[in-house]
Amino acid sequence: MKKIFALLLTGVMMMTIGGCSKPASAPAPAADAATQTAETKPEEAKPEEAKPAEAKQLVVGYSQLGAESEWRTACTNSVKGEAETRGIDLKFSDAQQKQENQIKAIRSFIAQKVDVIGVSPVVESGWETVFKEVKDAGIPLVLVDRKADVPEDLYVCFLGSDFKEEGKRAAEEMATLLNGKGNIVELQGTVGSSAAVERLDGFKEVIEAKYPDIKIIKSQTGDFTRAKGKEVMEAFLKSDGKNIQGLYAHNDDMAIGAIQAIEEYGLKPGEDIKIVSVDAVKGAFEAMIAGKLNVTVECNPLLGPQFFDVCESIVAGQPVEKYIPSEEGIYRQETAAADLPSRQY
Amino acid sequence: MKDIKNITKNQIFWPITALLLVLLFNLFFTPGFFKVEVKDGHLFGSIIDIINRGSPLMLLSIGMTLVIATGGTDISVGSVIAISAAVAASLVGGEMIFVEGVQEYVTLVPMPIAILATLVVAVLLGLWNGTLIAKLGIQPIIATMILMVAGRGIAQLITAGQIITIYYKPYFFFGGGYLLGLPFAIFIVGIVLLIIMLLIKKTALGLFIQASGCNASASKYTGIYVDRIKLIVYTLSGLCAGIAGVLISSNIKSADANNAGLFIELDAILAVAMGGNSMTGGKFSIPASIVGALVIQSITTTIYSIGVPPEITLVVKAVVVIMICLLQSEEFRKLFANTSWLQRRNTLENKISN
Repeated sequence: MKKIFALLLTGVMMMTIGGCSKPASAPAPAADAATQTAETKPEEAKPEEAKPAEAKQLVVGYSQLGAESEWRTACTNSVKGEAETRGIDLKFSDAQQKQENQIKAIRSFIAQKVDVIGVSPVVESGWETVFKEVKDAGIPLVLVDRKADVPEDLYVCFLGSDFKEEGKRAAEEMATLLNGKGNIVELQGTVGSSAAVERLDGFKEVIEAKYPDIKIIKSQTGDFTRAKGKEVMEAFLKSDGKNIQGLYAHNDDMAIGAIQAIEEYGLKPGEDIKIVSVDAVKGAFEAMIAGKLNVTVECNPLLGPQFFDVCESIVAGQPVEKYIPSEEGIYRQETAAADLPSRQY
Repeated sequence: MKDIKNITKNQIFWPITALLLVLLFNLFFTPGFFKVEVKDGHLFGSIIDIINRGSPLMLLSIGMTLVIATGGTDISVGSVIAISAAVAASLVGGEMIFVEGVQEYVTLVPMPIAILATLVVAVLLGLWNGTLIAKLGIQPIIATMILMVAGRGIAQLITAGQIITIYYKPYFFFGGGYLLGLPFAIFIVGIVLLIIMLLIKKTALGLFIQASGCNASASKYTGIYVDRIKLIVYTLSGLCAGIAGVLISSNIKSADANNAGLFIELDAILAVAMGGNSMTGGKFSIPASIVGALVIQSITTTIYSIGVPPEITLVVKAVVVIMICLLQSEEFRKLFANTSWLQRRNTLENKISN
């Protein structure tokens, strides 16, 4: 009996060890967030302390939305690399495509009293409360790459691509490829993200205004991923098949997935179905060299240098523009082989 | 009449009814949904897509049924998929090589070894879950949550945060190849199903699993090693997830640590529930869960085919799932039957049988 009791006791002890140490990783962030919000309160009272002396090393918090595509990874690497070369203390946080993770990260940046916060919001809406907290803490906020649906006074500036312009350019390219006539299907990005909303609007605007013979017959989200792009394209092909002359994908990865679906369907991507996508990642160039993708509209992810330029000017007290566009081009099949070696992402 | 009643009493009756209803909807509203043609020597059509796309989910539902039958749950399968896809992709490999303008197929590690290694990793992950639950007595949802949360991180570590593209053509056969005109993936599902069914029907394992789910302590006193049974089911669930990971990475020719198998654990649990299995454990039917998985995939494919706007796809899916679950609920049917001909039929039936 004693033996059993001893065994039981060790069992219970191990249980508590296992039960406590392991799952702690899960609830910890929530607890952090709670303590952090508590910590911010005294700070709100004296926001001037948040700004350290000029000579001190610049501390920048950056909340990246995730690593859903090669493009995003290139953006992340650009920011991290630039921080290293400039000797900036970068607090980097990957939100894995979840808004709540980004909000937690931003609150932890407030608690750590960083000099500037950069955010690439995963969706457009729902930011007002946390951005207000940032403002109350006296920390300047820079939106990077994606916009947020908040009053303009809550952030210092927006640095990034003009997604609507990308959509418009893509529409022009598509119209040229189709000679102004045909049916196209569309693979949208994550529902609610500014990239998806504006690339859709820009594209539609040009098609509806200038090319009445081009029709968008199907449109569905592919969540910016290859797997979903392929799955959705498969279904499009089954229902509309040879009626489809063009594909407009909101990013290259979905186009790459769709290319696989088109090949399996027995059509030639790039010939039977013209494909225009946005981003210009390396995979897109490989597809263009193989003749499977027609055009990719660049969306430059190498925002690191521009981002830290902005951060430094803000801290130095210089005025910055509310909107700072990034430089972008258009890449076509014919020149893909020549362009590929110079691509960084 | 008694026969019909017996049929409706059968566990697999309602999942099959749900599947037929979804397919019936397509018969009327989705032109060309049932069109199956032969292309490049294999069958081709929406139905084949459902089978091919649904294969990973079917595999998961096999493992999940066993886990749920013991009264547990395994929410780590999505992460196990991400890890095994990452392991497979990084071992099979990743560099596009052109030799005189022709693409060469290269692997870093011979493919059989790579796949074996992947499955070993999956089994180890399943063992980890099983050990936490059976040996250390942690509650299943908490124990598997550890791997669910940490697993995606491990997968990201393996892929270094990148999407790894696979360029080795023979590997694509698992998720994209065809055998005898049908997707090869469904054969894998068939083989796994056959082995598991033999294991639970021809040995006492099935009975033991059911017994541990019904009453763990009573089973223990009758001499069943309940913890060993739990270890086995979580390991099998891990293995199923590992195979699903190979299928998924093979189908899209890449491993995406962030998105591979994201939220699929919920679909797997839903498949088991749709199969009419009790979440508290006990009696179970794997074929019914597989039908449940097919229902889920049919709904997804239908939504894409009929062109539901992306903003409301999830709502549509939710409504359909709620309707199917209500259909399966005996209480709800009784409520419904009170005011309909069913009641009259039932009373008539009772009179006749009496």
